Amino acid sequence: MSAPNKSYDPVEVEALKPEQIERMRDEALAAFAAADSLDALHEAKVAHTGPASPLALANREIGALPPHAKADAGKRVGMARGAVNKALAGRQAELEAERDARVLVEEAVDVTLPYDRVPAGARHPLTTMMERVADVFVSMGYEIAEGPEAEAEWFNFDALNIAPNHPARTMQDTFFVEGGKGEDSGVVLRTHTSPVQARSMLDREPPVYVVCPGRVYRTDELDATHTPVFHQIELLAIDEGLTMADLKGTLDHMVQSLFGAEMKTRLRPNYFPFTEPSAEMDMLCYVCKGASVGNPDRPCRTCSSEGWIELGGCGMVNPRVLTACGVDPEKYSGFAFGFGIERMLMFRHNVEDMRDMVEGDVRFTRPFGMEI
Amino acid sequence: MRVPLSWLREYVDLPATETGRDVQAKLISAGLEVETVEQHGDGLKGPLVVGQVLTVEELEGFKKLIRFCTVDVGQANGTGEPQEIVCGARNFSVGDKVVVVLPGAELPGGFAISARKTYGKVSHGMICSSDELGMGEDGTHGIIVLPPEHEVGTDAIELLQLVDEVLDIAVTPDRGYCLSMRGVARETAIAYGLPLRDPALLDVPAPNAFGHPVKVADPFGCDRFTARTVTGLDPEARSPIWLTRRLQKAGMRPISLAVDVTNYVMLELGQPLHAYDRSRVQGAIGVRRAEQGERLTTLDGVTRELSTDDLVITDDRGPIGLAGVMGGANSEIDDTEGTTTEVVVEAAHFDSVSVARTARRHKLSSEASRRFERGVDPEAASAAAQRTVDLLVLLAGGTAEAGVTEIIAPSAPHTITVPADHPDKVAGVTYGRETVVRRLQQIGCDVYGQDELLVTVPSWRPDLTDPNDLAEEVIRLEGYENLPSTLPRPLPGHGLTERQRLHRRVGRALAGAGYVEALTYPFLGEAALDQLGLDAGDPRRTLVTLVNPLSDEEPALRTTLLPGLLGALRRNDGRGSHDLALFETGLVFRPTGEERIPERLPVDRRPSKADLAALDAALPRQPRHAAVVLAGAREQAGWWGKGRPSDWADAIQAARTVAGEYGVELTVRAEQHAPWHPGRCAALYALVDGTETLVGHAGELHPRVVKAMHLPERTCAAEVELDVLERAGQGMLAAPRIATFPVATQDVALVVDRAVPAADVEAALREGAGELLESVRLFDVYENAEQLGEGRKSLAYALRFRAEDRTLTVDEASAARDAAVALAGSRTGAVLRG
Repeated sequence: MSAPNKSYDPVEVEALKPEQIERMRDEALAAFAAADSLDALHEAKVAHTGPASPLALANREIGALPPHAKADAGKRVGMARGAVNKALAGRQAELEAERDARVLVEEAVDVTLPYDRVPAGARHPLTTMMERVADVFVSMGYEIAEGPEAEAEWFNFDALNIAPNHPARTMQDTFFVEGGKGEDSGVVLRTHTSPVQARSMLDREPPVYVVCPGRVYRTDELDATHTPVFHQIELLAIDEGLTMADLKGTLDHMVQSLFGAEMKTRLRPNYFPFTEPSAEMDMLCYVCKGASVGNPDRPCRTCSSEGWIELGGCGMVNPRVLTACGVDPEKYSGFAFGFGIERMLMFRHNVEDMRDMVEGDVRFTRPFGMEI
Repeated sequence: MRVPLSWLREYVDLPATETGRDVQAKLISAGLEVETVEQHGDGLKGPLVVGQVLTVEELEGFKKLIRFCTVDVGQANGTGEPQEIVCGARNFSVGDKVVVVLPGAELPGGFAISARKTYGKVSHGMICSSDELGMGEDGTHGIIVLPPEHEVGTDAIELLQLVDEVLDIAVTPDRGYCLSMRGVARETAIAYGLPLRDPALLDVPAPNAFGHPVKVADPFGCDRFTARTVTGLDPEARSPIWLTRRLQKAGMRPISLAVDVTNYVMLELGQPLHAYDRSRVQGAIGVRRAEQGERLTTLDGVTRELSTDDLVITDDRGPIGLAGVMGGANSEIDDTEGTTTEVVVEAAHFDSVSVARTARRHKLSSEASRRFERGVDPEAASAAAQRTVDLLVLLAGGTAEAGVTEIIAPSAPHTITVPADHPDKVAGVTYGRETVVRRLQQIGCDVYGQDELLVTVPSWRPDLTDPNDLAEEVIRLEGYENLPSTLPRPLPGHGLTERQRLHRRVGRALAGAGYVEALTYPFLGEAALDQLGLDAGDPRRTLVTLVNPLSDEEPALRTTLLPGLLGALRRNDGRGSHDLALFETGLVFRPTGEERIPERLPVDRRPSKADLAALDAALPRQPRHAAVVLAGAREQAGWWGKGRPSDWADAIQAARTVAGEYGVELTVRAEQHAPWHPGRCAALYALVDGTETLVGHAGELHPRVVKAMHLPERTCAAEVELDVLERAGQGMLAAPRIATFPVATQDVALVVDRAVPAADVEAALREGAGELLESVRLFDVYENAEQLGEGRKSLAYALRFRAEDRTLTVDEASAARDAAVALAGSRTGAVLRG
């Protein structure tokens, strides 16, 4: 190492000769190019750009040159150092890119690994189906009404024009609650959600627009198509001037909301004590749209090639029911309908056995997730 | 009601091309539920002829006795030679007329007939049973033996009316008149716009005093009683083929001529009839309510204790029939010995409610009771009696006695006043007065008036009582399918109530936490409560019991969701799903003991507030609960590392999750409560109106319960009452203030007695730390007797401090921490771990 030359003697400085500078530069460039790792490059960097590197030393020698030679030498050394630094940065970037690419390769995982650390939960499809149907009407302005499951006979039967001798009021169909000392308690497990309709009329001033989803009970043994505990949704609309055409329109709207815009319903006369006129309601088969009827080449499992799916009962609220529930039948009329959620779930999702819906097997419920 | 199309055509001139399916479609549209159309004789192809048995040779040496017969089939076989036929039946003799199917024919079901070798002989055809011809049961269990008058060689397909279509109609309770050919024919005629030949339009002699004496003591129960007598019946006379065939197609079994005739007329006119053997009726026929202690053996051979509500037919001896339900054995027509030569025919009209009650009381539903329950045309009674008499005279050579007994309680025809535009208003369609009047007349009403119609309903339609009933008639005949589709406009709604939203949120929150919803039956028995280990005095043992449970083992309603949910858990476990987290929300039934039996309220007006309150007071309390059960792994083991079994803490956390939806923070305390493990049971409390109130329990189940219920080991559960959480709810959440100054964190490890609840230590830390405390988090619990001493544990907490308005100094944070530790020390004996 030599100290800076302060004497300004016009000495020839060997290190600042052009050919020397070029050599130093070329050696540096060669060293960088030869560096095959970031560590090697670092070593080359120290050797060729560090304070003890030939170019750095040469740079220091510039001060010893006579003033007329300084500019020349300074330019040469500066250009050489610039080229060296540029090459270093380029090589650095190259090697870093190589390293990064290598690390990303090394960090690769098998993204096909399964993951079931915490299995997902699910709501029961009967619950979500019931909510989905109810929400169709909530969006139209209806309220959801609820009531007790152990219900007064009056609400379940009498108020609905089901006379005391009606077959539905026998132990063949209805669970009766014991009254103690062998007495009649006047309480049953509701056989439909219609008592909620009666309660709604008594609780509110007309107009009344409610849907009544809920659990109901009938004395059927559990088998592939029956269950003693099942779910219904019923609708009740009471207003001035409501007609069967309004009932039909409301049903059409519902099946369109649930099954698609081209859906429609069909009414067939039937009998229920609580409605008059009464009807059985069918909806167009949402799978075949009726195309399977009389077409043996295209049989439809969903509707048994009938073209229609039986949905439930409906009708204009019997004025006797209005009277019992405190609604003036001279001023108001209304319509009502109801159907079973289990049945709808069965034909909407191809459930083949009622028992699947009541046994609580997680393998059945889990795929239905949070909404339906 | 089964309706043969050939029979229906007798009353309505349907176009010859109309098929059963065509008629079905028309009737369905008119409101008759035609469930099926049976195709009788489908695929049947002759020759099928009348034959006469000439010789019978018994073939022996086979498993059963076989007959080799020769049968005269006239020219039907082309040769006139006797036909050789092997037959396994034995209910015929030489000379009998039988039905023979010849080679080349095909029987229903694609059964082709050819000459074939059997039992060592060649059988050239078959002697047929009614079964083989698809005719239905005839009671003989053998081959058909025809009356002798039919000539050999006659086409039996025509003779036996084997080709027909039968409509099977499920008749709704309001359409009793359609339990007759007459009623279905009326609907058919209307549907096709064709005239009806009413079979009830018969000439009937006027009543007189010479008929069989009848005394009606209960004119409300029996408002009409017609009695006619036919004598000189030939006991040998048999029902003709046309009659038995119609009965068979209608689903009834031919029995004897007199019984067949009464059944036939019932099918034709809808009027149930009864024929008594006059020689077995002693004295006048009476109608009254049964007396205490009376008994009657009905035709089905069952001896019944009669109730004083039962309406009975009597003679001098006492009851001889359950009115409108079933006759008694003691006056039965003798159809086995064939000795009956004189019959008294009863055509009466009984109160539908009375018949329904009696039929139900005796669990005895008959063709007669089904009709009376739904309403029989009282005006058709005398015509039905006449028709019966006519047929008995015609078919059994009897003589109608001149006496005609007819007892009628006076009644006015039912009229309804209805605005002419009422059907329009119900339907939302403008039919117009003319259409309304025409339709009402079609169903048999007399209609008067212009804007206000005075409608007299026909005697066969007791179901028509109100204006809306008439509206339905008009609308159904105009076609439900022609109703337009319009939408009413309800007032703007408010969406779900807060309570309804919360119920949904609870379900979503639990499902989001990995629980799967089950909807279990709410039935249980004492055994389930015993398995849960509930004390004798436990309120969950106070049950709502059912009079008629499906299972005597489970006669009551649930007071807790756990038995049902644990049952579902066990079922899943048994089916190979072992890592389980289930939930259910639903009502439980908790009698208060204060339930009152309510009065029967009126239905002709709105009940009073007090009356309605009395109804509600009859009901048990029905709070809504939520419950979870867990077993197996909560987190699965896998390539990511170890799994984690579900435990008591998961159950408590589930309860917190539920409470969180209500904005309620639960206070957790160790308590002992069945069915939980005494050392792993948390009682959960919330503040309701400032009072700490029990919400539910959570933890691990008692090992005894696990064993008794055959549950997976360490099964955990939680159950909370949602209605309490609702009352504890905090309303709207106040948004937290977010301070932006840096946090100061201080960790402390406190050593306390093992029995000290962590919740107490944390509460003391919170209180002691004061306002600067942002959060406390317990991050470690450590027990080591050597380091901490026997019965001690270390609780390590991370305390985070922050001020809203400045950066805290180390001294401030330390001071707050020291205050927290000091209060924990004085409250719980906690000491800083050195």
